[in-house]
Amino acid sequence: MTPNEPLLSVRDLVHEFHTSGGVVHAVSGVSFDVRPGETLGIVGETGSGKSTLARSVLQAPRPTSGAVMFRGTDLTTLRGTRLLQARRHLQMVFQDPFGSLDPKWVVRDLVEEPLIAYRAGGRAARRRRADEVLELVGLDPASHGRRRPRELSGGQAQRVAIARAVALSPALIICDEPVSSLDVLIQAQVLNLFERLRTELGLSYLFIAHDLALVKQVSDRVAVMYLGKLCEVGPGEAVYREPLHPYTRALLDSVPSTEPGAARTAATISGEPPSPVHPPSGCRFRTRCPRAAELCAAQEPPMRELATGHTVACHFPLVKPAGAAGQVSPAGAAGQVSSARTTLRSEEIKETP
Amino acid sequence: MTEVLLEVSDLKVTFAGRGRPVRAVDGVSFCVYPGQTLAIVGESGSGKTVSCRAVMGLLPPAAVVTGSAAFAGTQLIGLTDDQLRAHRGANVAMVFQDPTRSLNPTMRIGSQIAEAVRAHRPVSKAQARERAVELLRLVHIPLPERRCTEYPHQLSGGMRQRVMIAIALACRPRLLIADEATTALDVTTQAQIMELLLELQAELGMALMLISHDLGLAASYADDVIVMYAGRIVEQAPAQRLFSRVRMPYTQALLEAIPRLERPAHAPLPVIGGRPPDLSALPAGCSFAPRCRHAADDCRAAEPPLAEHEPGHRWACWHPVGGKT
Repeated sequence: MTPNEPLLSVRDLVHEFHTSGGVVHAVSGVSFDVRPGETLGIVGETGSGKSTLARSVLQAPRPTSGAVMFRGTDLTTLRGTRLLQARRHLQMVFQDPFGSLDPKWVVRDLVEEPLIAYRAGGRAARRRRADEVLELVGLDPASHGRRRPRELSGGQAQRVAIARAVALSPALIICDEPVSSLDVLIQAQVLNLFERLRTELGLSYLFIAHDLALVKQVSDRVAVMYLGKLCEVGPGEAVYREPLHPYTRALLDSVPSTEPGAARTAATISGEPPSPVHPPSGCRFRTRCPRAAELCAAQEPPMRELATGHTVACHFPLVKPAGAAGQVSPAGAAGQVSSARTTLRSEEIKETP
Repeated sequence: MTEVLLEVSDLKVTFAGRGRPVRAVDGVSFCVYPGQTLAIVGESGSGKTVSCRAVMGLLPPAAVVTGSAAFAGTQLIGLTDDQLRAHRGANVAMVFQDPTRSLNPTMRIGSQIAEAVRAHRPVSKAQARERAVELLRLVHIPLPERRCTEYPHQLSGGMRQRVMIAIALACRPRLLIADEATTALDVTTQAQIMELLLELQAELGMALMLISHDLGLAASYADDVIVMYAGRIVEQAPAQRLFSRVRMPYTQALLEAIPRLERPAHAPLPVIGGRPPDLSALPAGCSFAPRCRHAADDCRAAEPPLAEHEPGHRWACWHPVGGKT
């Protein structure tokens, strides 16, 4: 594996569930890379398939088709102990920390457990490692280590879950809504912990959440998911400043802002996502898209790179009108709003000491 | 503004369980005016929900409620269950976070709305049914006649919340309390529901109270914002003012800790340590002092009163952000 090679490379991943109501197309042909030391954020709403995507990368359960290359090995081809060994460097943190911690165990044993599962060192070495990672996540091995999950706050329990994930020195951690059950001040502490671990341990994250601002905060690149497909992937700043997909624009406009004077944008998109049992033909967003045309129903838009590292799957992407023609497109109007926000922000900084 | 619709003064709620009593709400006072949108924000356990449930008379018998809550001149604290039932629905209605748990899964949507209508108005079944369709149309549910015959599980989360709003509006309340009503919804659905609420508010002239942990929601949709911490109001101001000239260090800490789109990636979020205090053993002085960057000896000695230091802007702090006025 060369340094430039992606750590995780997912190609044409498809995950379908067969139910009495028909086939649920949860993930339909998703491809992306996570490079070493990078955080890729995946943002999507309920039912977009983002959690299914996380689980199928882990092979739990296995995807219907597609390839998941992790450190040069395709996980979909591995079975039994070989899969287990390959997954040692691929860990996961879930939304509900209490759901992933056995209530009868004390914290120290919970953190030691993955080390036992992988027979990592003798008993004394495992104990030392457990104490080490507890300290790393900001818990005191002597006091917190003896507690049971019910004696912990939500933030502390999530720290234990993170300690378990880093105990085996993984290369990549998949985080599925890891802070959404926490209050804002605790959430900020845990987000800062993720950042510190990333720099100290050289970790990569696949960071999945519904909150766009949160995903942008922690990610180098952001992928936007809608109804089982990625619609836009790009550097976080570019996706936020110059979104190319109408769905990304709608998501951005729906986020309530605490910026003073930030204008509230009128309802961005109407309706609700269609059922993943009967996804629309062509572009899956077309039924709610203000720009949809006949082409969108007939043909699925391919992923195209419109700026360096910024790709979009849309027949009519929101590119800026050339020159100062002042064409009033949805993109132009929204661009003006966000620049107004920026101006107000800088005034506020001057005013507040 | 016109006359006060709801005036809450010195509201206190204590839960007497085993061990020491828990003071969940500690001397809360505020007013709601007709047509106003008031947001109450705070973290879990700050007392925002308990305050509103006390006003609605929805707390369990173990809760001891004192103080006053006058709705258009009628004192609500101390009313009997029957008197409260007459007051709820007609005057005040509430929408909760989880529509799935508030709806009866075995009853058709139309019947559930009709039931709410008939609980408060002496109308025939047919009239109630008609009103149900009308209400579903009011909350922009497509094909309301057909939806009436469906069950809750056949609707999406956003649609179910619209049904809850329709039920809440059944008797044209003068005040609607939305308790984390959009928290479980996606941002695009949240935007739709919030617009619906504001539109209905303007159309029906209701007052709206938004109970939320989300400062962004308060900033975007409320006229006035109350910030609660450990059972007390610590700051209150018009939304525009609060977010441009925050004075209470706790509000500032909350604002800084929210990831926002304008921030560069990977920049550490300013955080404060510690946790909210144990409500059964509050520290002396300001309850935020142990976590506060500006805390001095006087903060630990005496509790700062909530006072209107600037026109329309109340805060409870000895050393406000930006200095004293």
